[in-house]
Amino acid sequence: MRALISLSAVTLLLAACGSQPPAPEQNPAGVESRTPSGIQVETPPVKEVKPEAAFDPNSIAALKDPRSPLSKRSVYFDYDSYVVKDEFQTLLGAHGKLLAANPRLKMLIQGNADERGSREYNLALGQKRADAVRKALTLLGAREDQLEAVSLGEEKPACSDGTEDCWGKNRRGDMLYSGEF
Amino acid sequence: MKFNALLVAAGLAVAPLLAHAQLTVEITGAGANRLPVAIADFTGERIVAQALTSVVRADLDRSGLFRLIDAGAPLADNLSPPFEDLKSRGIDAVAGGSVATAGEGRYETRVRLSDVPKQAALGTPAYLHTGAQLRATAHRIADYIYEKLTGEPGVFSTRIAYVVKSTGRFELKIADADGSNDQAALASREPIISPTWSPDGSKLAYVSFEAKKPVVYVHDLASGRRHVAANFKGSNSAPAWSPSGKQLAVVLTKDGSSQLYVVNVDGSGVTRIATSSGIDTEPRWSTDGQYIYFTSDRGGSPQIYRVASGGGNAERISFEGSYNVTPRPSPDGKSLAFITRNGGRFQLALMDLATRQVQILTDSTKDESPSFAPNGRMILYATEIGGRGVLAAVSADGRVKQKLSVQAADVREPAWGPLVR
Repeated sequence: MRALISLSAVTLLLAACGSQPPAPEQNPAGVESRTPSGIQVETPPVKEVKPEAAFDPNSIAALKDPRSPLSKRSVYFDYDSYVVKDEFQTLLGAHGKLLAANPRLKMLIQGNADERGSREYNLALGQKRADAVRKALTLLGAREDQLEAVSLGEEKPACSDGTEDCWGKNRRGDMLYSGEF
Repeated sequence: MKFNALLVAAGLAVAPLLAHAQLTVEITGAGANRLPVAIADFTGERIVAQALTSVVRADLDRSGLFRLIDAGAPLADNLSPPFEDLKSRGIDAVAGGSVATAGEGRYETRVRLSDVPKQAALGTPAYLHTGAQLRATAHRIADYIYEKLTGEPGVFSTRIAYVVKSTGRFELKIADADGSNDQAALASREPIISPTWSPDGSKLAYVSFEAKKPVVYVHDLASGRRHVAANFKGSNSAPAWSPSGKQLAVVLTKDGSSQLYVVNVDGSGVTRIATSSGIDTEPRWSTDGQYIYFTSDRGGSPQIYRVASGGGNAERISFEGSYNVTPRPSPDGKSLAFITRNGGRFQLALMDLATRQVQILTDSTKDESPSFAPNGRMILYATEIGGRGVLAAVSADGRVKQKLSVQAADVREPAWGPLVR
């Protein structure tokens, strides 16, 4: 016959529910893995990055001016593809020039994927798209150290209707400047 | 006074479905040859005994391996069961028990599990517990019965992790394997993906986007403290624990596209373990530590490969179809769960690694993120029903099926925790 099985670990787990006062009567050593209490961690607010000081004010204005190509920040991709299409060359050229003229300006390029298939594989696909935008910008005047290419995978869809049209909007690279990420 | 405390304890145990955020489990398929068993009502403290036996029955029923039959009458642990009567009801195994107060708000629960055809006791475990430990004690009893009757460890005392998405909010949750006692380990406005348990169950590694890019964290569940395990230029993702729990395989893009690296859990000692010009991702160690399985598009389409964990040439594992991703080796190392695209449907499949034979286990269309139960019997995965994310589980033979859902929220990214020591 087996001896009494002590359940001190379980005491801690259930005490964490809040309905019962936590009263473990046995030494809790070695059983802390069973208690997820007190681990509600709120995400700290993302720190706002101040725009660089030595930064051409005209260029800042152009980034927000709907008449300027600089106000457009997204490059769209075909299904399962990470080739930058010709129609985005003008847009990327304008951003490459702005980055070249403002060496202290930094850009975060976020690649995205549609929702079909594995999240981690889509994260890798989004990275390929962000990289394609990064490479195009370096050919158009930006320096490597101004750019960071990252992926949001399928996690931040611009559209969530699950249609072909919608998926096309999600297969994209977004360009964010200092202060915008 | 004491009576009130008892009611609170019992209420906690028997009314888990009142919490809306909790996972509810629905059994949608069962095994072909279920063992007929009876869990008799235990004698003694009635409310406690009822709470216990209802959880034991629900656990065994959910496993899909047992057919629960009414024992006809309460049965204590200290008396020989009425074997002839039980036999006439077609019962192969019976558990009886007693619950007695043991002072200081504690209970002593004694159980006797018997083989009915042989008219012999299989075991008489005893448990000392408080009212707050009712569910946990019941899971222990169910684990005991499961192991005695099937020869493999039960997983009713294990925990699962998963991510719940509600409007503008992501929560990394931890719950008991039956969905009860859910707790948030992390709440964030930004996505959380790819949680995985350390081999000892004390930590989770995961990817959080709270810094506007994917960063790998290791989170200690007892203290709630966490640290960054990988935050290099570019994206950091897909953590997998080494069997020793000392290292993580991760995917980094610091040197170009997504590639496989190993880091110490504290983030030190970054070593690249495979090289391709395309995408390598979703690493996962085999239980024996010999191989790292991963997804790669090096052959033109995403397929599953493996590399010796010490390095070397990658060996392609999947060949059928043009999209095979998310490899998860079984705990015994004999099979591999993965997701395959099958005529536009993403389905959970299982490969016998000796014969390379593949069996598709589901008939759903958006399966993701498979995770083996630590005894290898069930595979938990994410899927979609009616446009909403749910968790589902299927037995490795495809027969037993369950659905786990949370009302009015998307559930995804399940990870089944290790066996409780």
